[in-house]
Amino acid sequence: MLKLEDICMQVSNDNGENIEILKGLNIKFQKGKVYAVTGPNGGGKTSIAKVIMGIYRHSKGHIYLEDEDISELSVTERARKGIGYAFQQPPRFKGLTIKDILNIASPEADLIYLRKYLRDVGLCPEDYLDRDLGAGLSGGEIKRIEMAQLLLRAPLISIFDEPEAGVDLWTIQKLLGLIVSRYKNNPHKTAVIITHNEKIIPMCDEILVIDGGVITAQGTPKEIWHLIKDEIECKVRDQCQGDVIYEIK
Amino acid sequence: MKLSKLDLDLLNTIADIKGVPSGALNIRLNGASLIRQSSPNISVGPNADGTGLIVEIKPGTRDETVHVPVVLTQAGLQDKVYNTFIVGEGADATIIAGCGIHNDSHAISRHDGIHEIIVKAGAKLKYLEKHYGEGSDAGKRVLNPTTVITVEAGASAELEMVQIKGVDDTVRSTIAHVHEKGNLKIIERLLTQGEQKAESDIQIVLEGTGGTAQVLSRAVAQGNSFQLFRAALIGKAACLGHVECDAILMDKARIRSIPEIQAENADAVLTHEAAIGKIAGEQLVKLMSLGLTEEEAVNTILEGFLR
Repeated sequence: MLKLEDICMQVSNDNGENIEILKGLNIKFQKGKVYAVTGPNGGGKTSIAKVIMGIYRHSKGHIYLEDEDISELSVTERARKGIGYAFQQPPRFKGLTIKDILNIASPEADLIYLRKYLRDVGLCPEDYLDRDLGAGLSGGEIKRIEMAQLLLRAPLISIFDEPEAGVDLWTIQKLLGLIVSRYKNNPHKTAVIITHNEKIIPMCDEILVIDGGVITAQGTPKEIWHLIKDEIECKVRDQCQGDVIYEIK
Repeated sequence: MKLSKLDLDLLNTIADIKGVPSGALNIRLNGASLIRQSSPNISVGPNADGTGLIVEIKPGTRDETVHVPVVLTQAGLQDKVYNTFIVGEGADATIIAGCGIHNDSHAISRHDGIHEIIVKAGAKLKYLEKHYGEGSDAGKRVLNPTTVITVEAGASAELEMVQIKGVDDTVRSTIAHVHEKGNLKIIERLLTQGEQKAESDIQIVLEGTGGTAQVLSRAVAQGNSFQLFRAALIGKAACLGHVECDAILMDKARIRSIPEIQAENADAVLTHEAAIGKIAGEQLVKLMSLGLTEEEAVNTILEGFLR
């Protein structure tokens, strides 16, 4: 289990003032569940993921993995303890091939597995394994390769940051099916999907709505669907001076 | 004369060979030819004034390789060699050159390799040249290669020139003439460390209609080292040319990159791009999120970049 206890995070704005991005978050991610983290842009979703991975440093609070306080551990140490993160915008690497990055993600995996996981994300291994992770790949291809790495690694906690971004509808449906089948009721693993996609939400066990650095709603899809709808409507009303332009059927 | 373990290790590093390969070959050790052999399709012999080699690859030769590595282990040796390579019409061959220097002394060890390469009409050449230096004392390892290549009509050549590490000073000069429908690709990868200096000057003249040329330079400068890269593409006919220079800068190193394009024909299409920067933080973090330490992540990025 991964537990976030009173997590705060600050950043400096252009004027050098500290702004609180995360405001005392308390979250428990249980094994065998698939979580969706959703909410408006700038609400703090990716910040939570990066704080868990150790990429961003929190200013207050503790993070526990299997009851061990990992708050002071580096990114590398957290990765080795069993936390994995599929970046929202993965970087490119000139000269490294897809095979190289998959081998780094899972050094013990043989070629059969690398091929299988590429197929799982909708990429033909024969065409992709030796390709460069540089500029020649599209954003959607890079994103799929990113997800293949995390699926291949299969750490205790897998965080997928907007897996739907840049990926076609058919592939994302397949990928989500894969995530749900691998993580739901798995006694050892947890999946966290950061998403804006309303189709992903019903597939998850539990939904967390993050807005303004706090959890504004939490529960099963059934429990909080109406809240999400209201939340989104409310936000859109505010931003568009009263006109509701978004509607959930 | 026999090859020592040191010689064999250097040969392995620069030419990826273990022992003496079969086929056409010239191993130059400390300023003299140690082993020289020809094959039925590739003749390897001395040039007229005895200053180097003439390597002739017969027209129509398919998939053959000639090795011409140079090893310097004698401290303070100043070696200079003039080699000519002629790739016959329609041939398809690989030349594996390269130089490894081991210098444990205070004296400068230096090798100047001046190569003229003629790729005849319709021929195809791959030329690999790796440079490497090692040694425990202050004696500099200096390598100054000069390559003059002519790519005749319909021929193609790929030159891959790599400075692995340990070369204190290098001035590289590459001059190319590409004729009608000829194709040339130059890949250069340089690593400098400490107080090392590297200068590379590439000039490609696209003489004939339909000629194409591409220069891909990857440079990593670490420590207090300095690199100067100049690449000029001159288009004298309807042709295509592209120069791309990418460099990673670390520590207190400096890199100066000067891509130049010069069109003398309205149908010449010449482009260039250059980028110098440090390793992106997001690349490091990404690899660390897969379990690599920061040092392992840096090495992985550099190895890939210079591969």
